[in-house]
Amino acid sequence: MELTLWTYEGPPHVGAMRIASSMKDIHYVLHAPQGDTYADLLFTMIERRGQRPPVTYTTFQARDLGGDTAELVKKNIKEAVERFKPKTLLVGESCTAELIQDQPGALAKGMGFDMPIVNLELPAYSKKENWGASETFYQLTRTLLKEKVSYSEKISPLRWKEFGRRPKVNILGPSLLGFRCRDDVIEIQRILSEQGIDTNVVAPLGASPDDIERLIDAEINISLYPEIAEASCEWLKRNFGMEYTNTIPIGIKNTIEFINEVHKKLDLPLTNKKELENKSKLPWYSKSVDSNYLTGKRVFIFGDGTHAIAAAKIAKEELGFEVVGLGTYSREMARQVRATAKDLNVEALITNNYLEVEDAMKKAAPELVLGTQMERHSAKRLGIPCSVISTPMHVQDVPARYSPQMGWEGANVIFDDWVHPLMMGLEEHLIDMFKHDFEFVDGHQSHLGHTATNTKDILNSDEKKEKNSKEGIIWTESGRAELIKVPFFVRGKVKTNTEKYAILRGIPEISDETLYDAKAYFS
Amino acid sequence: MSKVEFNKETGPREVFCGLTSIVWLHRRMPDAFFLVVGSRTCAHLIQSAAGVMIFAEPRFGTAILEEKDLAGLADAHEELDRVVNDLIARRPEIKTLFLVGSCPSEVIKLDLATVAEKLNKRFLGQVRFVNYSGSGIETTFTQGEDGALKALIPLMDSSDEEKLLLVGTLANNVEDRFKKIFRNLGISNIESFPPRQSTELPKIGKNTKVLLTQPYLSDTVRDLKHRGCEIISAPFPLGIEGSTEWFLAAAKAFKVSELKVHEIISPLINRAKLALESHKEILKGKRLFLLPESQLEISLARFLHNECEMDLIEVGTPYLNKDLMKEEINLLPDNTKIVEGQHVEKQLDRVRESNPDLVVCGMGLANPLEAEGISTKWSIEMVFSPIHGIDQAADLAGLFSKPLKRNQILTSKTLVTH
Repeated sequence: MELTLWTYEGPPHVGAMRIASSMKDIHYVLHAPQGDTYADLLFTMIERRGQRPPVTYTTFQARDLGGDTAELVKKNIKEAVERFKPKTLLVGESCTAELIQDQPGALAKGMGFDMPIVNLELPAYSKKENWGASETFYQLTRTLLKEKVSYSEKISPLRWKEFGRRPKVNILGPSLLGFRCRDDVIEIQRILSEQGIDTNVVAPLGASPDDIERLIDAEINISLYPEIAEASCEWLKRNFGMEYTNTIPIGIKNTIEFINEVHKKLDLPLTNKKELENKSKLPWYSKSVDSNYLTGKRVFIFGDGTHAIAAAKIAKEELGFEVVGLGTYSREMARQVRATAKDLNVEALITNNYLEVEDAMKKAAPELVLGTQMERHSAKRLGIPCSVISTPMHVQDVPARYSPQMGWEGANVIFDDWVHPLMMGLEEHLIDMFKHDFEFVDGHQSHLGHTATNTKDILNSDEKKEKNSKEGIIWTESGRAELIKVPFFVRGKVKTNTEKYAILRGIPEISDETLYDAKAYFS
Repeated sequence: MSKVEFNKETGPREVFCGLTSIVWLHRRMPDAFFLVVGSRTCAHLIQSAAGVMIFAEPRFGTAILEEKDLAGLADAHEELDRVVNDLIARRPEIKTLFLVGSCPSEVIKLDLATVAEKLNKRFLGQVRFVNYSGSGIETTFTQGEDGALKALIPLMDSSDEEKLLLVGTLANNVEDRFKKIFRNLGISNIESFPPRQSTELPKIGKNTKVLLTQPYLSDTVRDLKHRGCEIISAPFPLGIEGSTEWFLAAAKAFKVSELKVHEIISPLINRAKLALESHKEILKGKRLFLLPESQLEISLARFLHNECEMDLIEVGTPYLNKDLMKEEINLLPDNTKIVEGQHVEKQLDRVRESNPDLVVCGMGLANPLEAEGISTKWSIEMVFSPIHGIDQAADLAGLFSKPLKRNQILTSKTLVTH
């Protein structure tokens, strides 16, 4: 039993709903009690969907349990098929139905329908949402393509040359309730098209079962979101020999790397290599003098595996930040996140407990947090600017405007979204110059930042703490006066470090000089 | 009783389960914690229904069952013990801990009553444990509150003191207004259940006169009756009419003259009628379809027809307790179509066929209906907003007039011809 106050991921059947709702001509019969329909509002409210998810809930009740719940399942399947006429039927169960073992998938298969039926067995007591989405997409792909395995030749990534046409790829993994998938797909298709590569199928987002059957018309697969697509890509590779890409095109370096990887796999010459550097404004914006102020900004990153790893790389290599924390809630991606963290010399935080994340955030004393909607709440409480880079997300993370994370435009969006919550470069410089003027309001931040009241609270609590500091350390007048001069957003860190230094050296009273000694010691 | 048409329907439903009521119950009693014993689905449901998380650490959580808990029951009891210990160490300020059963815990027959009994002995004098079920196989949405209140009744001491007991969660400001009005009527001994502190439970007995503020408390009412309480029969205090009848019923039980009631509430009524006018202008003659969810549907239908002159197409309700709803049903217009239960697909067919001006429904259905050009009001807003009483009548009407007003603004001709 695990005490959970809030969870980053829903149960695995919500992952299955994400696949079903992303696609056309599919219906999902879910053996589930009343209440599980709450999942509909994730789609209709967060994504502002104008259609209900294509899901029928069998809605069994306690009084049904003594009787024949299997009959109830069959009745709902029959009605759903008659009403919605899906081309493929998904059948599965939520956590409670798993316990009563009606085996709805087997029941459906015995009802004599001629459409393909995918029996989803998603263990609700050990797996979570992203796994459920991945498994559903995999089972669907397998069901619709398995008959073609035996008579299909291995697909060579070079066969487009023989066919005398442009190479074709599939873009796999984008789904509803994924982070900015809608716009990433447009961006990646545009980039591929510019390189002379056609998109065969995008799935699951917007695909129908017919499209899934056409996957093998492409030469290779783009695994755009490995959390959802990798299992399917791996199956297609094993059974049809289709190669798939590993690079996630988030950030300039990875987008270029991605284009390289695709060209290499297809044996397509890359003729515009030099141009690629200039496709996004990020490299120049990052190099321009205003961005000097971004150098070494301390950033704390937490999210799904794909987005957290990408963010760490961009933060360090493309914006010149210092990554002071990196983690993920996705156990499936723990290994990769750990490897990235090791390269960055930080310890990876792998947890599903948001309070642990908040504690780590507090200790790392970052100047910017990149996280999920929950880290936005935590950062707000701590008075730290934050940008959301990953699911789970809130309605405001599904913007009306085009705002991908991937490709050239994605890099532009990332530059803006991460830098705007910070104080603007020259503004920070000016504030530093004028901060002793009486008109100056301490805690002033950029218009997108947080309010000054937070800072006052920190100040007050600083003072309180200073009076009865642990280990009997006292802040003298001069020490306190100097501490107040430190910009508010690093004040907490300076205070902790100075106290740490004082304890280390056995200094009972912290003066202005102690503060400078500590600064030198830790720099 | 008016000639109301009763129908029953079964099938797939689009309704929250009883766990959802934790969202308002934990705010009502800030010294209580609600621990759901359930699955990741339960945890996800509550956080999704609660919406934006503005709190640091909520006073509700889920002990998520894992595969190893399902293997053997003895294990599950020990595990729950461990979770509770951790929780109490972390939140020492908690005075009452509700162990809330869920669909999976009910199906595996996890005996939360025994667990609560054991924990009560161990934490005697520190934390009280009570248990109830908010499972979707037994309860819908607001019924969760019924379960929680029923579970508290055995902890309430007996007293033969005469008092008025308001039963059902109210917004604090509304509760204060009600108490003031009752005091003006000369009824001074008034208590609320649930109280604002879980430890300050009212004493009850044969001179306790219960006045319900919410229509979804069937089990609580039954157990209060068993404890000797008298239940005052009245419609619910939604809108001017419902609230007036409600005050009159209470006054009668306390032998306060009708004249006195009118004297006290007449100025309120006049004020409220004035405030209601602008909303009525929008709502008048508009056709309303209520899908079942909050259990407030019948009272809302009565208010929106009688006081706002809306036409009722269909009034859905998750379940119907004819006894509790008697006074409400009496006030409904003739030929009102009440449908108990739901087949969501068939009901949505009827929505589309009847071409309503406004549909009251759950959040999962609202945007899809709006996309079809049908204005909606989410029912969950009724349980989060202060809507009870004469003073709130216009605010209640406002919840329904706003979507219609908005629709009018957005579809105005000036926009189309641009």
